[in-house]
Amino acid sequence: MKEKQAAVQMRNITKRFGSVVANDKCWLDIYHGEILALLGENGSGKTTMMNMLSGIYYPDEGQISINGKPVSIRSPKDAFGYGIGMIHQHFKLVDVLTAAENITLGLEEKLDLRSVSKKVREICDKYGFEVDPEQKIYDMSVSQKQTVEIVKVLYRGADILILDEPTAVLTPQETDKLFAVLRNMRDDGKAIVIITHKMHEVEDLSDRVAILRHGQFVGDMLTKDTNAQEMTNMMVGHPVTLNIDRPDPVNPKPRIEVKNLTVRSMDGIVKLDDVSFTANSGEILGIAGISGCGQKELLEAIAGLQPTEKGSICYITDEGKKEELLGKDPLEIAEMGVALSFVPEDRLGMGLVGNMDLSDNMMLRSFRRGKGVFTDRRTPKKLAETVVQELEVNTPGVSTPVRRLSGGNVQKVLVGREISSAPTVLLTAYAVRGLDINSSYTIYDLINRQKAQGVAVIYVGEDLDVLLELSDRILVLCGGKVSGIVPGRGATKRDVGMMMTRLGGNKADE
Amino acid sequence: MNNKTKEPLFHIVKRDNLPWYHAWGIRFLAIVLSLVLCALVTTLTTGENPISVFGTIISGAVGTKRRVWILLQNLAILLGISLAVTPAFKMRFWNIGAEGQVLAGSLASAACMILLGNKLPNGALIAVIVLCGVLAGAVWAVIPAIFKAKWNTNETLFTLMMNYVATQLVAYYIIIWEVPKGSGTVGIINASTEAGWFPMLGGNRYLLNVLIIAAMTIFVYFYLNYSKHGYEIAVVGESERTARYVGIKVERVIIRTLLLSGALCGLVGILLVAGTSHTITTTLAGGQGFTAVMVSWLAKFNPIAMIFTSLLLVFMGRGASEVSTVFGLNQAFSDILTGIIIFFIIGCEFFLRYRVSFRKREKSEIAEKGGEQHV
Amino acid sequence: MFDFTAFIPRAIMQGIPLLYGSTGETLTEKSGNLNLGIAGIMYVGAISGVIGSFLYEQSTTAAEMNAFLAIGIPVLSCLVGSLLMGLIYCFLTVTLRANQNVTGLALTTFGVGFGNFFGGSLIKLSGSDVPSIALSATHKYFAAKLPFAAKLGWFGKIFLNYGFLAYLAVIVAFIAAHVLNKTRTGLHLRAVGENPQTADAAGINVQKYKYLATCIGSMIAGLGGLYYVMDYAAGVWSNDAFGDRGWLAIALVIFTLWKPNWGILSSFLFGGLYILYIFIPTGTNLATKELYKMLPYVVTIIVLVITSMRNKRENQPPASLGLAYFREER
Repeated sequence: MKEKQAAVQMRNITKRFGSVVANDKCWLDIYHGEILALLGENGSGKTTMMNMLSGIYYPDEGQISINGKPVSIRSPKDAFGYGIGMIHQHFKLVDVLTAAENITLGLEEKLDLRSVSKKVREICDKYGFEVDPEQKIYDMSVSQKQTVEIVKVLYRGADILILDEPTAVLTPQETDKLFAVLRNMRDDGKAIVIITHKMHEVEDLSDRVAILRHGQFVGDMLTKDTNAQEMTNMMVGHPVTLNIDRPDPVNPKPRIEVKNLTVRSMDGIVKLDDVSFTANSGEILGIAGISGCGQKELLEAIAGLQPTEKGSICYITDEGKKEELLGKDPLEIAEMGVALSFVPEDRLGMGLVGNMDLSDNMMLRSFRRGKGVFTDRRTPKKLAETVVQELEVNTPGVSTPVRRLSGGNVQKVLVGREISSAPTVLLTAYAVRGLDINSSYTIYDLINRQKAQGVAVIYVGEDLDVLLELSDRILVLCGGKVSGIVPGRGATKRDVGMMMTRLGGNKADE
Repeated sequence: MNNKTKEPLFHIVKRDNLPWYHAWGIRFLAIVLSLVLCALVTTLTTGENPISVFGTIISGAVGTKRRVWILLQNLAILLGISLAVTPAFKMRFWNIGAEGQVLAGSLASAACMILLGNKLPNGALIAVIVLCGVLAGAVWAVIPAIFKAKWNTNETLFTLMMNYVATQLVAYYIIIWEVPKGSGTVGIINASTEAGWFPMLGGNRYLLNVLIIAAMTIFVYFYLNYSKHGYEIAVVGESERTARYVGIKVERVIIRTLLLSGALCGLVGILLVAGTSHTITTTLAGGQGFTAVMVSWLAKFNPIAMIFTSLLLVFMGRGASEVSTVFGLNQAFSDILTGIIIFFIIGCEFFLRYRVSFRKREKSEIAEKGGEQHV
Repeated sequence: MFDFTAFIPRAIMQGIPLLYGSTGETLTEKSGNLNLGIAGIMYVGAISGVIGSFLYEQSTTAAEMNAFLAIGIPVLSCLVGSLLMGLIYCFLTVTLRANQNVTGLALTTFGVGFGNFFGGSLIKLSGSDVPSIALSATHKYFAAKLPFAAKLGWFGKIFLNYGFLAYLAVIVAFIAAHVLNKTRTGLHLRAVGENPQTADAAGINVQKYKYLATCIGSMIAGLGGLYYVMDYAAGVWSNDAFGDRGWLAIALVIFTLWKPNWGILSSFLFGGLYILYIFIPTGTNLATKELYKMLPYVVTIIVLVITSMRNKRENQPPASLGLAYFREER
């Protein structure tokens, strides 16, 4: 391999947030005409590293060089000046502005939206994008917004493009289209960095991989010289066998019966369309689907948090008595004697109060207990201590605000509280998102223990491999409809993947 | 791009946690600095030397027994309003309508004193005054709360406008009740019979007010920190979604909390009319409804800390008014000093939450750039 | 018969300070800063102008006054005074990220106090021997009208009967609307107020825009105070006379859905509501007049409620209004 001049050299980059070290003396080289996959678990510092390259953060220590020259990137503007453009995971778009206005944002030429639109259309024609420059962002789908982001970067003539988990929100078709475009750009001589943790994408798309672990640079190599197992081991730091326990369900009985459930969002969009299924006790029902296909609405409807249009949700007691849950709020459901626990997707925005300490967060479910006007502070404190001990929560103490804890520990606190009430139904949404491998296994284990105790578990997940290994049955959602329900044992990733994108999935190979 | 390796002079990092003595040290320093600036401003406007200015301030605030009592009375009123608005603030409901809620309470008690003054025995009259005053304050606060709960109507401006509606309502009744006709004031109500006047404890006009507010401080402290309601308020304030998730009825909490907040304001209004002034004017609350917002916020919604923040402001206010009297200046001088002190306390919060760190530069770089930057 | 030719000019004159205030506040809010200190800033703008022209009038005689200086000195001192207030607000909320509501209220306390203090003590402080602050000579320059206005009947009375600051208010509102909607600066400013993270990532200097919009907004609002005292109040300063107009100006911003050009007619409408009680015959019943004075506030409340019920995307306040921005927040 001939010695090439790196487009970007990052040397000894360190970045701290308070006492958390996000990046510790990291190295990275990026070359023109190459797609680099930046790999690492969540929290390994991939995004922080790229944010420093795009001027969002400023490194505490270290040096960045562009084309061999040391530079200082103090702001996104500086980054643009060096031809660096980043497409963030959370889109940086202003909702009430149009695509053209967003694309021209931050430039210094005279404002002429007509010529912006014209140039946007040229870029779209060149790469095959579809963007209406006059459309407002809030009217756009997720993939349209992403397209606007990419066009925005190209409009500025970027030749170093960074994409932060671009496929997380896309359908497989949209992903293929995106990858084709990225390959075109690489052949144009652009340097492309894609942040991901999906192995198959790395193998499919990248020329080279660089791996971070716990904020440290582990190594980089050519994609063709490595394989998924090696990369995973480097990411995690030790050899991993990805095996999740799946005991057979003991004496499953119907527990939650959902019939013809239809939910419409505030703006009138149908989120769930005629959904029917049954969840059994002692069983894990996995919910698969591309993000935003109604998973959130489904769980929230069962938990009494989502207004519904029609249908019914019945709770079936041990004696076989059916009780309607629809139209009741969480308090009324609890007063009916239904022990329903819910681990929501938004841990700090919904499940917990970030500014309150562990004990006070334990009180969220129990503060009404006891007579009198005053709250009982002792029991929640004890519960907090128990959870900290049993789930090995890493915290300075039970009076630490939970927002100071790391993602995995926050999740342990939340799950610990939810299962402490001996539920008969456990709803979880993306329970391991953002967690490292060890914490994830703790959570799988906890969920399996609940299952063994006869709890009906509904597990919404995004990682198909995990869903296939953990669930007894898998319900696949596609655009708010039930695409199919398959047994977890024996289902293949390919089948479920097809069902996620097409109703029924069977006509996938037309 | 000409300064390619020029780095920012300093950057700002969020602090994780600060030991309490460090935090209070910063706050104390800010207050001292603000007092120095206050002295400087006073010296510039009066020509007096700063030491004697402080002498005048202290003597104005606590120089005589009478002044001490007036200080305590003012402290009680400001602290009372601050306590009253705090439950709403803790819920992140920006109630800046305390002025109007106090006036509503005052108006109701004045109405009772005037209309029922000779018709009820004094004990019953006082009971009716308290009931009506508290109710009036609560109603004044709950109107914006209902709209906030139902339609998320901007409560800051709504409560603000309610202040002026209350002011005009008071103006209307002053003209109806004016004594003598054409004077534009109602004079001392029931001056001869003292009907509806709160009793003087131990011959002191202000002691009862001070005691009532002391009790209110304890009540609000326990209500916010130890009661189930207080816990609900905290959860709603932090995150409405979390509150709904655990089955707290957010609308009901908003309305209930504002009923309480308004009722406490109404109580302060009663103290102002039936307790001390025995008359009613449109400026009875005197802008303290706004000052209270700042007192409550500066104390981080902690009732005990509010005693000190309100004491600081009242002390400086009384002192400044003495300075204005001595030097023949306008009474508004105290507002300027209040503003300065608050600016400093608000500003110092930044240094509690963030750390400013100056960059260490590597030697090679400095050599390269010839030490163009001094760090 | 209701006397429109008398009512409309008075409503407009009442509306001009509100128009300045709301235009200034709209610019400020578009940057994401909710400046509740606008009431105090208008006081400071007014008193700074008064101090400037008072010192000028004291140093010369009415006959020797130069029109350029008579107008220039108060305008300049007004702008400097309100700029300093804007800077205090920005330093605290943008640089030090303090709570905007509390900072705004403190600024109002300070500003109103500042106005009343100097209004009440200026004569003593400057050691002069006039009985009260009455800048009638300066007023003449500020209230100067077109010479032929009086000859044009009702048309002249309604449209041409104002001092230059009134026309400036309308022009400033139109310019503000144009800048906000048609220029790059306006686009960037809107982006900063809607989503500072995005604006920052796009290379827009968020702090600079917040500072500029707030300071320029403060200076515009300050002119409203100056107009009030120099033109409307005939150069006579009396404490607390400016009253709650600053707060009404903030309410107007919501009323006009953050559109400065809508602010022109709306502020005249509010000006009309403000003085309607004078024009409604109530005979000797003075009490009822007090109730009519409630009108602008009650109307504001009704408008607040209606806009909150009609929850349209375009009619929302800038999304980051009231929030401090810190790039490295996690």
